[in-house]
Amino acid sequence: MALFKIKDDISEKEKIATRQAYGEVLVEVGSENENLIVMDADLSVSTQTKHFAKEFPDRFFNIGIAEQNLYGTAAGIAHTGKVVCASTFAMFATGRAYEIIRNSIAYPELNVKICATHSGITVGEDGASHQTFEDLALMRVIPDMTVICPSDAVSTKALMREAIKYEGPVYVRLGRSAIPVIYEDYKDGDSDSVSGETLCHIEEEMEEGEFTPVIDIKIGQSVMLRPGSDVTLIATGIMVAEALKASEMLENRGISTRVIDMHTIKPLDEDAIVDAALETKLIVSCEEHSVIGGLGSAIAEVLARCAPTQMRFVGQRDTFGESGKPEELLRKYGMTWEDICDEVFEYFDR
Amino acid sequence: MDYQKYEDIARQIRQHVIKAVYYAKSGHPGGSLSSTDILTALFFKEMNIDPENPGKEDRDMFVLSKGHGAPGLYAAMGVRGYYPVEDIYTLRKLGSHFQGHPSSYKLPVLEHSTGSLGQGFSAAVGMALGARLKGLGQRVYTILGDGELQEGLVWEAAMCAAHYKLDNICAFVDWNGLQIDGANDDVMTVRPIDEKFKAFGWNVMMINGHDFGEIFNALDKAREFKDKPTMIVAKTHKGQGVSFMCDQAGWHGKAPNEEQAGEAIRELGGEW
Repeated sequence: MALFKIKDDISEKEKIATRQAYGEVLVEVGSENENLIVMDADLSVSTQTKHFAKEFPDRFFNIGIAEQNLYGTAAGIAHTGKVVCASTFAMFATGRAYEIIRNSIAYPELNVKICATHSGITVGEDGASHQTFEDLALMRVIPDMTVICPSDAVSTKALMREAIKYEGPVYVRLGRSAIPVIYEDYKDGDSDSVSGETLCHIEEEMEEGEFTPVIDIKIGQSVMLRPGSDVTLIATGIMVAEALKASEMLENRGISTRVIDMHTIKPLDEDAIVDAALETKLIVSCEEHSVIGGLGSAIAEVLARCAPTQMRFVGQRDTFGESGKPEELLRKYGMTWEDICDEVFEYFDR
Repeated sequence: MDYQKYEDIARQIRQHVIKAVYYAKSGHPGGSLSSTDILTALFFKEMNIDPENPGKEDRDMFVLSKGHGAPGLYAAMGVRGYYPVEDIYTLRKLGSHFQGHPSSYKLPVLEHSTGSLGQGFSAAVGMALGARLKGLGQRVYTILGDGELQEGLVWEAAMCAAHYKLDNICAFVDWNGLQIDGANDDVMTVRPIDEKFKAFGWNVMMINGHDFGEIFNALDKAREFKDKPTMIVAKTHKGQGVSFMCDQAGWHGKAPNEEQAGEAIRELGGEW
């Protein structure tokens, strides 16, 4: 079992795009698992499936600029007992091919992983036609669809391995831009990983509810990156690093801030959300996605049912994007650590 | 060669189609009856399948891309022995395995779920790619409707099958000339079907889709043809076998009443 810990120093210098980690892990898994097929729609350089294509040309299919057929044929290949990772930009996967994903992949419960890159506003200069804010919403309303949005390169690799092992359709949301690395391998003495027994031992020695530094990155299980008792920032994807930055500022201002990496949007880690609602006063959702229908809405659905709590939503505010540098766009459209802080300060009136 | 055996089977299948749609009080008799002879040829002679062992690894695979023809597929597979054919009389009823459009989730002996047009063809092309990788000599068969050719996805999939030289896929167009709103020629012209697929790189044959001699002959040629996928454009009649339904667009998606069902069954040589 591979275990991870949070890096002591999450630096702006070491940045890797989740799509790059995706391209690498496909090659790693491809050499272990002959059953893995990778497909693309003329974007293999951008989505990084080109590495798999080079290494395993017999197991890679370029379908051309035809996203509907990409997912239609992926369904057919999965019917022959293969596990398929089919990639294009998030806009075309979840927009153009939506009904094929619903009717040909999800309804027959096929083993296809929809690995969509260039999600959100950080596509940047390509502009609004290529910036997706709707994909998490569109994918999570499909019955039994698993929806994943990794926050860094390390968790992308771990979650991709999980997704490939999992039997059934999975949507994986990946990004174009380089982002900070949050996790690293947990090293126990000389070994690269620790056994399950060691993990239990570590957990036994800790007081209940105490913050655990050793992390197992699994589908459906969120990660508490930082404990806190005033406010909880629940973030996904590239906004996790922003939430961590925000938490430092908030702590400096005396606001005890819990940070959760909600890398799985569905099935949602409801326990972590309810605990946060009971143990902190405010929950802020942070996502590079519309504030309608995505992580924030999913959290609100849980809270309304189990633990009504004040929420604030940091995300794209029901508007299209535009061309610009990713960081400029995040600032203009309100998806930075400063925007997260503003919401919290406003609530605590500071 | 005498094809009486297949004509008798097709007549039985047509009777079950009429009964299933009658009991369901809705469904698609017209397009089921136009595909029946092709389904009979595939399920009773052409395909390497075993109803006793439906998941056998080297089986040929079938996808009904024109999913609304479900009653025809259900009846053909029932008569072939995948399940008691009377079970299909639960068609379209709550809790039934026999959904209005084919669902491999509800009826696992089906290879795929279809109903939204164009998608079954695309999946069949994927199956042919996967089957070639598996290397067990499996072939993939599919039937498209003529109106279905208006879907853009059909042409994406057609381009793909030719690009990958998938000679293990054999598709039919059930060319009955009619769709919900009327004749193809009035709604949206699909002609020339053969020239279009030829231009897309397919091996194309034109046959009478109700003549078993022509169907089997075309299937034999398709099996022998290398490096290109085969499209068999089968001229058919919507509602074939039931004179008052024949070539009537109105019988695309309408159930017969009791009197009409009785008349149809008797014409097909059955008892009501």
